[in-house]
Amino acid sequence: MAQDVMVIAEQRDGEIRKVSYEVVSEGRRLADKMGWKVKAVLLGQNIKEKAANLGHYGADKVIVADDARLGTYTTDAYVKAISDIVKAEDPAVLLMGASVQGKDLAARLSARLGVGMAQDCTALSVDNGNLMAIRPVYAGKAYAKVGFSDKRPHMATARPNVMPMNQPDPSKSPEVVDAAVALDGGDLKTKVADIVRDASGKVDLTEADKIVSGGRGMKGPEHYKILEDLAAAIGASVGASRSAVDAGWRPHADQVGQTGKVVSPNLYIACGISGAIQHLAGMSTSKVIVAINKDPDAPIFQRADYGVVDDLFKVVPALTEEVKKLA
Amino acid sequence: MNIIVCLKQVPDTESQIKVAPDAKGIVKDDLKWVMNPYDEFGVEEALRIKEKFGGQVTVVGLGPKRVTESIRTALAMGADKGILISDPALEGSDPIATAKALAAAIKGIPYDIIFTGQRGVDDDNGLVGASLAEYLGIPNMSIIVKVEVAQDGKSVKCHRPVEGQTLVIESSLPALITTQKGLNEPRYASLPGIMKAKKKPLEEKTLADLGLNASEFGEGARNLKVVELTPPPARKAGKMVPGDTPEDKARELAKLLHEEAKVI
Repeated sequence: MAQDVMVIAEQRDGEIRKVSYEVVSEGRRLADKMGWKVKAVLLGQNIKEKAANLGHYGADKVIVADDARLGTYTTDAYVKAISDIVKAEDPAVLLMGASVQGKDLAARLSARLGVGMAQDCTALSVDNGNLMAIRPVYAGKAYAKVGFSDKRPHMATARPNVMPMNQPDPSKSPEVVDAAVALDGGDLKTKVADIVRDASGKVDLTEADKIVSGGRGMKGPEHYKILEDLAAAIGASVGASRSAVDAGWRPHADQVGQTGKVVSPNLYIACGISGAIQHLAGMSTSKVIVAINKDPDAPIFQRADYGVVDDLFKVVPALTEEVKKLA
Repeated sequence: MNIIVCLKQVPDTESQIKVAPDAKGIVKDDLKWVMNPYDEFGVEEALRIKEKFGGQVTVVGLGPKRVTESIRTALAMGADKGILISDPALEGSDPIATAKALAAAIKGIPYDIIFTGQRGVDDDNGLVGASLAEYLGIPNMSIIVKVEVAQDGKSVKCHRPVEGQTLVIESSLPALITTQKGLNEPRYASLPGIMKAKKKPLEEKTLADLGLNASEFGEGARNLKVVELTPPPARKAGKMVPGDTPEDKARELAKLLHEEAKVI
């Protein structure tokens, strides 16, 4: 009978990504309820030395698939390699992070395995060996509690920045084993021809710890400088509402909302954003929400933990100065 | 170059979503249904590729009869023909079953590229495109903001933003591509386009027409079941930051975020 939690770790350029530690931590909590093991799977090239890190967060065993063709993620190579491992190990629960890569991988993998898959979950639990998940739908306008059929594994991806990460314990060392990787030419129809790195070094909104976001109230692209200054002072990434993106003020990648990115930072500062339902849907799982807007009736204030009714062009620069004093 | 665009209808993104009394679904009365916004990018990209390479654009929709309207919209934008897969037994199908029905409808049509939205903005699964590619045995590339078809029409390069970088993925054709905002600006249907669309072929197919067994579809066949649907958790009432001047308020806010919320 299927047992254990399997976690697919994500690495980029040989470094394991934070969301993977969040998922290993969550996997540990689920496994402890059932007396299961946590088995992490790490794919890449020359990455075996990183396997121990997954143990520090709670993996009992790390299965390493080390192969030149797995160095950079491609859907077809990873799905083939992981589906072989899953079939051999027969886990009860299979988890990964809901990063761009994780969601892509999970989608094709669930189809290959023919099992149920809960995307972008904000809470996970096990009940009698069965995975239960909470996932926002309609971009957070409703929440679905979902359960699974008898087909194993029960699969889910976990939204970044939501599941608490265990304190790493360097004294824990996992069992590390090599997986046999059997890929042939027919499995590999895509390849990464080029990687264009974002020169700004900005943390992606979906992974950002803090976000400063601007909407129509910014009045034009030239005024985002004040948000960038605040963001630099507190270590935040800058986001935007749909109206600011549709107006051409900010790039599409910056859009927060139902047709943009769904974000869960610790701090979300909405500046000149009225709070269209489209936008609220994309940021409502933020832990602390601040709204700065001169219209006291703006719907954003109903979601905000802290509201400032005033001219953002005066409040934001003053806030930047105040924050600098704290440092 | 023959292209297939899959589309679904979703509640307009400005809609308030109300949970139905059975706590399994949403109240569907009075909702405005629109083409999934990501699918519009697929229609537009298909038309642009057709304009360059020639060929046919076929739109395949799945869902109740109202989906016909969205297929007609795509035809009015310039697509050549439409197929609606509609069957009461499909109601409540999961993404894998949906993909199975789409695959059955698509199998008889020649294609080089299939577009689907990167996700429906209703269930937010993002699973149908990948599942469809799996059924058809073709590669899939998800969340794509730029598509470059090679001159010989045999391969494609797709730009895929991931956190902090953009991957340029090269694939042989046929392939399935899921669309992300930023790919293009979808055109509006012109009046002549709307008139022409009325005469374009739009076939309707049931599961039986596709040679599929109804028992493999619908709520009963789901591998992921909604146990309960709830409104989002309420946030506790916030506080208005006091102060006589913007500077006072900024000072107070910084203090609250530092000392009370402990986030800076």
